[in-house]
Amino acid sequence: MELGGVGLSTYVTKFGSLLDYEKGGVEAIDDDPRHYAFSNLFEVAAGSKPWEKVVVGKNQQYVLEVIRADGTSEWRTCAHDEFALVMDGVVEIDLVALDEAIVPSDKAGSVALGGEPAGRPAGRIVARRGHMALLPANAAYRLRADEPACILLQTIFGEDTVERWSEICQTV
Amino acid sequence: MTDTAMTEVLAGEPNHHGYRTFQLGEFAFERDEYFAYVRWPTGTHTMSVDAFLRAAQRDVAWNFFYGTVNFDNVVGTVNHYGNVDLFAGSFNEAYRKAELDHLENFPHEQILGTFRSMLDDWTNEGFDPFAAPEETRTAWGDKSGNNTEAITRRRVTASRMVGVPGDEPIRTDETHPVNRMFADVDQSQPEIYAEPGFEDQVCAFNLFGYLSRSDVTWNPSIVSVCKDSLYCPTTEEYILPIIHGNDRVEWFVQLSDQIEWEVADKVTGKLRARVTMKAGDVAAMPADIRHQGYSPKRSMLLVWENGSAELPELIATGKAPTYPVDI
Repeated sequence: MELGGVGLSTYVTKFGSLLDYEKGGVEAIDDDPRHYAFSNLFEVAAGSKPWEKVVVGKNQQYVLEVIRADGTSEWRTCAHDEFALVMDGVVEIDLVALDEAIVPSDKAGSVALGGEPAGRPAGRIVARRGHMALLPANAAYRLRADEPACILLQTIFGEDTVERWSEICQTV
Repeated sequence: MTDTAMTEVLAGEPNHHGYRTFQLGEFAFERDEYFAYVRWPTGTHTMSVDAFLRAAQRDVAWNFFYGTVNFDNVVGTVNHYGNVDLFAGSFNEAYRKAELDHLENFPHEQILGTFRSMLDDWTNEGFDPFAAPEETRTAWGDKSGNNTEAITRRRVTASRMVGVPGDEPIRTDETHPVNRMFADVDQSQPEIYAEPGFEDQVCAFNLFGYLSRSDVTWNPSIVSVCKDSLYCPTTEEYILPIIHGNDRVEWFVQLSDQIEWEVADKVTGKLRARVTMKAGDVAAMPADIRHQGYSPKRSMLLVWENGSAELPELIATGKAPTYPVDI
């Protein structure tokens, strides 16, 4: 007996992109749709400035930030690990091992360096849709995208985190 | 974690279908060819045995997860992280009104040991409770072998990120062939150019490719960790075998395809909303609801959890809201 895959169906996996996405929604029966903070990350990125860090998920101090990657970012660093998941496009990541940590160990979220990092090149990553990259604690990183791309960042609410829930979420 | 093999499991001799009957406090569990029967002092409940085993499999694999794992609208567990409630009718308005509900609390190891033994005894050769219905044989019939290997799969729990040296490995054809519904998913890995000495810092992997090789459904596993922020992606097909009652806000990011969520009140079970999520959609599940998902094609779902041990108490005492943000 064969299990699975025997039949008439052919399967197409549907991913979204900045230029091609469909949005679902909340059908409220006995609730307020705002309680679900429903948004679409491609829609958020499409309406964001390059490298703006817009929250689409928040759980206490932890956040999911959507970043429209377009051109070359500033150098940033963070006291804790962050993780960048490329949801659309191609993103290059340059990493530098800093000579010394720049942010206090209890600082949440990343900060801009305001210039070139002082340290040794640690490496480079070229990530495409579906690829997840570690942005290691206390390293400096710079991102580049020749064409608009979309990143979902796992991090902690920081000084450059942007909240605009009423603009991005379903409210009725 | 305590070795559950050391805990006492109360099991009777095999019945005439070959299955043992299990006792846990005043609860009794029995199965025959088609059904699982749960009995308690004020009532009994019958479930299709495939649904029961699929639910029990998640409960065991997740160590009772976050909050409530409803096997259906009558029977389930509530995790208190160290001890666990087993209940019948406690989150069902009709049962409570009729005073037929029943709840007992057990040490984590005791209920885990009993559930593991029951799952092992009741799962026949060829039936995989983790698999999509199209990808497994059936649960029916008299006792016929076992499938211990399938039901004791190790749950992936990365400590930093999958693919980091010394952490959880990426999946390959040798260990995890691509699922039939994800044959079109790109399998290329990121280009990584690490300078000597920085191989454990310059790391990346193909998460979508990794998920396309998952051999289980509805089984969140941890792929990246930012303190208590846990990325727990999973692949979904058919129906979530449990109805999850949250004890904290939980977030979903639909990475591919589509899932429909039926959302009901955690305590009463009354419907509150239906949430349709397509690729790129992000939604929170409030802390006072129960939810069950329907995925017509195998899909990729990022479940995002805050694993803080303090959250359930903060929410239960009203110090943290049940919904994610003020809009």
